[in-house]
Amino acid sequence: MTNFKIFAVTVAATFISLSAAQAGDAEKGKATFIHKGCYECHGFEGQGGSAGLRLSNTQLPEDGLIAFVRGTSGAMPPFSSKIISDAELSDIYAYLQSRPKPADPKSIPLLAN
Amino acid sequence: MTGPVDGVPTNRRNFLRGAALAGAAPALATIAPAQAAVPAAARPLPSALPPTAQRIAAEVGNPEAEGNRIGGKAGSDFMVDVIKTLDIKYTPSNCASSFRGLHESLINYGENKSPEYLSCTHEESGVGMAHGYFKITGKPLMTMVHGTVGLQHATMGIYNAFCDRVPVIIIAGNDLDAAYRPPGVPTFHSAQDINAIIRDYTKWDDTPVSPQAFALTMVRGYKVAMTPPFGPVSISLDAGIQQEPLSEHHKDLYIPKFTMPSPPAGEMGAVKEAARLLVNAENPVIIADRSARTAEGVGLLVQLAELLQAPVVDQGNRMNFPNTHYLSRAPGVISTADVILGLELSDFWGTVNAYSDNGVNGIGENGTKIKKNTKLISINASELITKSNYQDFQRFQPVDIAMPADAQATLPALIEAVKSALTADQKRAIEGRIEKAKKAHADARNRELQTAAIAWDASPISTARLCMETWAAIKDQDWSLVASEGNVSNWPNRLWKMEKHHHWIGRSGGYGVGYGAPASVGAALANRDLGRFSVSIQSDGDLMFAPGVLWTAARHKIPLLSVMHNNRAWHQEVMHVQRMASFRDRASNYGNDLGPIGTSIMNPDIEYHKLAESMGWWAKGPIKDPADLGPALKEAVAVVKSGQPALLNVWTQPR
Repeated sequence: MTNFKIFAVTVAATFISLSAAQAGDAEKGKATFIHKGCYECHGFEGQGGSAGLRLSNTQLPEDGLIAFVRGTSGAMPPFSSKIISDAELSDIYAYLQSRPKPADPKSIPLLAN
Repeated sequence: MTGPVDGVPTNRRNFLRGAALAGAAPALATIAPAQAAVPAAARPLPSALPPTAQRIAAEVGNPEAEGNRIGGKAGSDFMVDVIKTLDIKYTPSNCASSFRGLHESLINYGENKSPEYLSCTHEESGVGMAHGYFKITGKPLMTMVHGTVGLQHATMGIYNAFCDRVPVIIIAGNDLDAAYRPPGVPTFHSAQDINAIIRDYTKWDDTPVSPQAFALTMVRGYKVAMTPPFGPVSISLDAGIQQEPLSEHHKDLYIPKFTMPSPPAGEMGAVKEAARLLVNAENPVIIADRSARTAEGVGLLVQLAELLQAPVVDQGNRMNFPNTHYLSRAPGVISTADVILGLELSDFWGTVNAYSDNGVNGIGENGTKIKKNTKLISINASELITKSNYQDFQRFQPVDIAMPADAQATLPALIEAVKSALTADQKRAIEGRIEKAKKAHADARNRELQTAAIAWDASPISTARLCMETWAAIKDQDWSLVASEGNVSNWPNRLWKMEKHHHWIGRSGGYGVGYGAPASVGAALANRDLGRFSVSIQSDGDLMFAPGVLWTAARHKIPLLSVMHNNRAWHQEVMHVQRMASFRDRASNYGNDLGPIGTSIMNPDIEYHKLAESMGWWAKGPIKDPADLGPALKEAVAVVKSGQPALLNVWTQPR
């Protein structure tokens, strides 16, 4: 593969990735994340806790998150599209990706020791 | 129950009848002697109606100074003599007529010392305080409750104490004599067998029918309660024997000597077999739940763990093992185990098996957390008090070695047996585990810190930040975490340096919500006397069951830093409703709240700081910005160090 082709593929992938990320509305996603009850186990920031996994800045692709919500058989109950639509999940995904990256604990005095 | 002493009739019922008549008269002194001349048929009958102003005045006024009208030492005075031999320091109670005789004797004859009466606004609070107090001191308290209704109030707290293997001495007033007890309310509040409602979750109960029987019952009850496995006992105390004077019939009264019972230790054959399995294991894991009854128990567990270089999972119903020790480990380590030693596990099945509440039609699915041939050893005194009705014994788990014995009492023998069984090769192999264990512990600590950093600046405040701000404020004190309610993702146990037995006293036992507030006040009382600093993570749902205990803390000057985990919901229940809705493929109805209808504590938001202030606490809130938390904690710590309770109402993330 030539350098040009590599460059073209990278640009295309970035474009597709950005398109996917922009598909959801983070503001709407925040409201849905709260009002559909996701925050109850995962926290308002998607930080996770004893009842639910961390979701903020998740490594899962958006499709993966949606598939998990629809078909989970673990501790979390499945949510059908009747309860929460794909569009709403896209918004939620955008919200979760918009969360600030966690700080290095060494930079937080109370966690540094 | 009659007998003349110094020419004064001592029939209790005559005394009661006289008192009832006198209560309706303007002056006790003038009316009481006149009764003798009134024909019985003409006397006014005792009334079941609410008391008149005159009667109230007569009942609450100072007794006349005409000497002892009952003609001898009251039965309840002797009961106080008995109680004092047991060195019970406090009696947190809510006052009631059915134990008025004993109440009066305690505060006047007994001079309100050992035990000192502590005013409670709810019987559940009295039991909860005794529960927390014991876990600091190792000494039980006595709580008095009103027959029937008071005991009904107390039941949840008693169940928690039973499940948590904590002794509480319950004195339940009861007026047994149906022919002579006052009609109306006192009869509503009497029963044939008031202990029946708690018999399934007490170790023992009795109904003594004489002062001498009370002495035997009280000392026996104390002994039963204090024999591991510990547990609550209840004494139904007839009003009659409290109030009747002692007579010639009672001249040979005696108080039995109390001897502290030794705890039951494991049988040596089983101990040696357990040692053999442990030394031959490649990956032994120790799991402790209520193993350490005292600080000595922590030291013994450290000794055993180091001998085997075995990781220890502390399930946290006591502070069993220092979380700073390199062998301290999270529960996931059991998947690697070939031998598991379970010490006083409240749920062995749940320890080694998985359960997912997500099966078809909402029926849960079982799984396993351990390898197929893992050997299981159990040392558990709870097997000595298995009852039938309430299911605190959990699902049955088959094990390879079962010792129905006290773990702490068995550990010295097990340590010696392990030492004897170890070969030189095994010692070398075990020493080879040390560096790996230290690395695993350090790695786990780093992962915890990274997790805690997520959403550090969020509002509502993250539970990790709540706990670490609190830790920073108290870590230089001789601190004691006396409750952590409402699920803060276990951050204190994950990140605070828990090394001493009193650093953490465990949870409620029966998971009855409403334990945290009274238990923390009871434990803080004990810590106050020991010069320690008490801190609690207090959830909103827990506090609202019986918030009156805040007043008890202020009234009796019990210093406690209560940092609220106010997530404005019963979040454990939120997900249950949500789960049902998901299974049924419908969205939950939230109304105007942030959770399914019926699970939120909002609209209006409760101003816990004002609630606490109204009961005499220093308080501040609501604190929503994490930057405000540290300075508020500094102020609150200063207040607590001055001897007062302080509460911070902090708005938090759900978990």
